[in-house]
Amino acid sequence: MLDDVSVNGTPQATGAEDRAAAQPILEARKLNVSYGSNRAVRDVSLAVQPNTVTALIGPSGCGKTTFLRALNRMHDLTPAARVEGEVVFDGQDIYARGVDPVEVRRRIGMVFQKPNPFPTMSIYDNVAAGLKLAGIRKRAQLDEIVERSLSQAALWDEVKDRLRSPATGLSGGQQQRLCIARSLAVGPRLLLMDEPTSALDPQATQRIEELLGELKQHVTIVIVTHNLQQAGRVSDKTAFFLLDETVGPEDSNLIEYAETDQMFMNPGDARTEAYITGRFG
Amino acid sequence: MTGVSARNRGRRRVADAAVALLIALGTLVVLVPLFLVLWYLISSGISSIDWAFFTQLPAPVGREGGGVAHAIVGSLQLVGIASVIGIILGVGSGILVAEYPRNPIVAPVRLMSDVLVGVPAIVTGLVVYGAVVVAMGRFSALAGGIALGLIMIPYVVRATDEVLQLVPQSVREAGLALGLARWRVTLFIVLPAAVNGIATGVLLAVARVAGEAAPLLFTAFGNQFWSRGIDQPTAALPLVIYSYSIAPYPEWHRLASASSLVLVALILVTTLLTRLVFRKR
Repeated sequence: MLDDVSVNGTPQATGAEDRAAAQPILEARKLNVSYGSNRAVRDVSLAVQPNTVTALIGPSGCGKTTFLRALNRMHDLTPAARVEGEVVFDGQDIYARGVDPVEVRRRIGMVFQKPNPFPTMSIYDNVAAGLKLAGIRKRAQLDEIVERSLSQAALWDEVKDRLRSPATGLSGGQQQRLCIARSLAVGPRLLLMDEPTSALDPQATQRIEELLGELKQHVTIVIVTHNLQQAGRVSDKTAFFLLDETVGPEDSNLIEYAETDQMFMNPGDARTEAYITGRFG
Repeated sequence: MTGVSARNRGRRRVADAAVALLIALGTLVVLVPLFLVLWYLISSGISSIDWAFFTQLPAPVGREGGGVAHAIVGSLQLVGIASVIGIILGVGSGILVAEYPRNPIVAPVRLMSDVLVGVPAIVTGLVVYGAVVVAMGRFSALAGGIALGLIMIPYVVRATDEVLQLVPQSVREAGLALGLARWRVTLFIVLPAAVNGIATGVLLAVARVAGEAAPLLFTAFGNQFWSRGIDQPTAALPLVIYSYSIAPYPEWHRLASASSLVLVALILVTTLLTRLVFRKR
């Protein structure tokens, strides 16, 4: 269904340091998001390579979460939010006229800050929800996808004997991995994660970080994090967002976007360096 | 500065005890009339309750015995019809109001349901008399059920609206992020999470209308015999209570008390049973 990736969709190389080899799976072009008169995301252009982890970092209120939510049209639900610019995914602008946001979200999943399993459903039903409610009823097929998704989320061994018990009985870390499994079950190409470990204890956080390294074989990941060490550990590329008085009205609030190693060793912008070394934020 | 002085502590303890006492007194004031009503019904009605009371039609004046079986069945029938109307329209409108606040029809619906709560039941009865009884050419259980159903609607709308607002937004977002259409998320994820609260609201509405006599006076009308179908006049417990208690015979007064007791017991049992069923889940 996604075979129609046109070669023409390849962007002209802009100033950004594109790796010549891979074609990006997702590219934001001059993306703007505003709530009323408040421009939270300004002229952000950024390309994400397939099977990588991209971290979005920056102090609170810098627009990184707002940017993330624009990538699978979650702002459609907020009446006051306005999105301008393009998000090209698999060669197609997801904000183009006639694109169904439901279809977009099936291919671009999301994991949220707080674990949010469906409260009335069992563990099994949570993972199967996306498929079941979309009309897939074949038992064998569901069983297989549920097991595979839970295994990919490193949760299968812990829950395989109690798939029918309520999901709310799991610990916070398990619930978050369940939410990851639930997202994986519908087979997204891209997984957006909004500070997925900020509500978890260090051990649960570590498990999820380890998981990300394995997951990127199957899906591409964009993760918002407040934790710089986490960005350093899990990501291939890092984008630094900032929205303070140093950012003029004509500037973008994406300050720097580079390979994670390079950004942490040798940041290109003084403000990036200040943030990374802990001088503000 | 230093710790709390002994005097302060003493004053706080007195204030604490005083408030607790005040609250306990208030509760007592509310509970006393409630138990008085129950006590009055039991002491004056229980002597007339026997098996025949539940299985037989009223005895002719001057004869002992007889029952109100026709009114018990009639009340169940009326409340059944009312519940179908009240639940379908009430829950439906409640979902609309809570989940689609941007729809232009929501403001008028919310206003109308607030106004409907304040409309005296007898007025609703008159409206149904004009709209249904006159059109059908006779009094009927259907007309009575419609009148009661109309009275139920605003209560159910409010309860549904309020309970749906309590379902966290993150649960809706999780559903949408799976690529599910809005209506599926509402129907299969949000609604199940709220069903306990909605059931409680529906029960309150049922309890409210089950005791209504006024709107039935010129819709269901009443009947000394078994009703011959929902398009025919039917007896109902509140109507029986009304006509027995204004009659000049002491024996009928006892029957009115007994009928009241049965009515209260019916509402109590339904409420408890439904609570039990929904709490189990």
